[in-house]
Amino acid sequence: MADEIIKLVDVYKSYQMGHSIVNAINGINLGIKRQDFIAIVGPSGSGKSTLMNLIGALDFATKGAIYLDNINIEHLSESDLATIRGKKIGFVFQTFNLIPTLTALENVMMPMMFQNVPYKEKVERATQLLKEMGLENRKYHLPSELSGGESQRVAIARALANNPEVILADEPTGNLDSKTGKNIIELLIKLNKRGKTIVLVTHDLEKAKLAKKIVKIRDGKIVKI
Amino acid sequence: MKEYLLLAIKNLRRRKLRSWLTIIGIFIGIAAVVALISVSYGMEATIKEQLASMGSNKIMISPGGGALGMSAFGTTTVLTEDDMEVINKVSGVQYATGMVYSNERVKYQDESKYTFVIGLPLDRDSLKLFEDMQGFKIASGRFMKESSNEIVVGWNLANEKFFKKRVDIGKTIEINGREFKVVGIMNKIGNPQDDSQVYIPLERAQEMFDKKGQYDAILVQAKEDNVTRIAEEIKEKLRKFRNEKKGEESFQVQTFEKIIERVEDVLAIIRTIIVAIAAISLLVGGIGIMNTMYTAILERTKEIGTMKAVGARNSDILLIFLFESGIYGLVGGIGGVLIGLGLGKLTEIIAKIYLGVSYIRASFAWWLILGALLFSFLVGCVSGIVPSIQASRLKPVEALRYE
Repeated sequence: MADEIIKLVDVYKSYQMGHSIVNAINGINLGIKRQDFIAIVGPSGSGKSTLMNLIGALDFATKGAIYLDNINIEHLSESDLATIRGKKIGFVFQTFNLIPTLTALENVMMPMMFQNVPYKEKVERATQLLKEMGLENRKYHLPSELSGGESQRVAIARALANNPEVILADEPTGNLDSKTGKNIIELLIKLNKRGKTIVLVTHDLEKAKLAKKIVKIRDGKIVKI
Repeated sequence: MKEYLLLAIKNLRRRKLRSWLTIIGIFIGIAAVVALISVSYGMEATIKEQLASMGSNKIMISPGGGALGMSAFGTTTVLTEDDMEVINKVSGVQYATGMVYSNERVKYQDESKYTFVIGLPLDRDSLKLFEDMQGFKIASGRFMKESSNEIVVGWNLANEKFFKKRVDIGKTIEINGREFKVVGIMNKIGNPQDDSQVYIPLERAQEMFDKKGQYDAILVQAKEDNVTRIAEEIKEKLRKFRNEKKGEESFQVQTFEKIIERVEDVLAIIRTIIVAIAAISLLVGGIGIMNTMYTAILERTKEIGTMKAVGARNSDILLIFLFESGIYGLVGGIGGVLIGLGLGKLTEIIAKIYLGVSYIRASFAWWLILGALLFSFLVGCVSGIVPSIQASRLKPVEALRYE
């Protein structure tokens, strides 16, 4: 168990939708090893985004236990959860979710701001990350001045800001053309080779095949690993 | 912290028009407070200065029960020679002098108008007392001779601000059909009414206005500084002499300390009213900020979700939005203070140029400026508390899903 950075034990998640209860996750058991690269695939409505939110400590399970680095997140306070999200997990969203008023550099610096990293260190690290993403000359541009691919690379740089072990990417290529999308996946592969655990959520089997492991889910259950 | 502040400022700039409209709500209130309070303090300072320059060891006795020595109008009670004698006998009184005044028709060449005619005693001591207490001082020419038909005119009256034509020394002015020769022009006193008065010898006035042996005001020069005691004694002796009950006197004894207190009281009441009105406008401004913050939070729900996903705690979100609303208040405050100071100064200038009034003056105290800034920041923060708490409590998943 020590080498499993993420572990879900018999996890259920249900929502109240109007008068009916929707069971988004129906008893999932899943362990993700350190430095693994897994792709979660499934049709829309299969519960893959819900699973992603649970792994990312953005949401609580209705039943079952979720361990992040051997810590049961169910017992954590909101502020501890925030710290875990900030330090251990890097999120990459389909819609990039950059803050429109901040420059690329400031967007990358933001996660460090919440961890009280000294200003100089923040600037240096953010600059370095953007350089790695090939966006050195885009440092002072606002998100509205960046292309989709550039925006997503800024978002990946932001996800790496606090040097987390896990990168959670929720349909990171969904808003990009196929060539740019491929670049992003290659970037994730590169990060995985450097030791990051990658969890990729996608409905695109082609892209999923680039991961080390594929988890197929349907109706809130794992149908195949 | 510093970065939260920068973040907040950047956010204000993204909806410029809305931000400015929100801020206007605050700065109208603050501008009003700053302008009105600075003018009221300036007035108080000037009035105190003027009163202080008259000297504190002086007492004024006037008929009637009203306030501030202007009470004589419309009252039927009078002060008499006998009262004067009583006052003169009070220990500590160096000398007492009396005057009469009346609103009369004054004619110069073809123009005739109503103004105050003052009957002035002309011995040296009396003139000195009137100069100290009322600012009656000759600018050019001389005072009239006793029991003569000579007249001294106020500065405005001489200088085409009352009559259309200039009144020079040597000219003739008619009061109730009687001719007087102008022998002097009074110094500028500083308010248009005083500066349009005319002055004639006391006995002449008593005779013309049917006030023989009577006074409309008695001024007292005290020997010592303990004027409060002397004033009390005058009041008591006069009451006994006039056979009046305590608390129902038909006259007033005022020392300048009392007058200063009165002025302070009146201005304090005015200030309280001003602050109350301004408080309402600030309340409205605060509600404006609250409204803007709710809109902003709704607009930025997804961003809040993102920030939480990358590690923002509830307290971080709370601070970011509190700073934002605080800055709305503070910027409004800065603008308000600047506009308020400008308005205060403008009031002073307008009063001087158009009304000829020199006692309206703006006084800018650092505590007023600092207090206004601090208060506006607080109004902003307080208005932002509820929306900010709401923002901080957003669930990350729901916030991220918000479109």
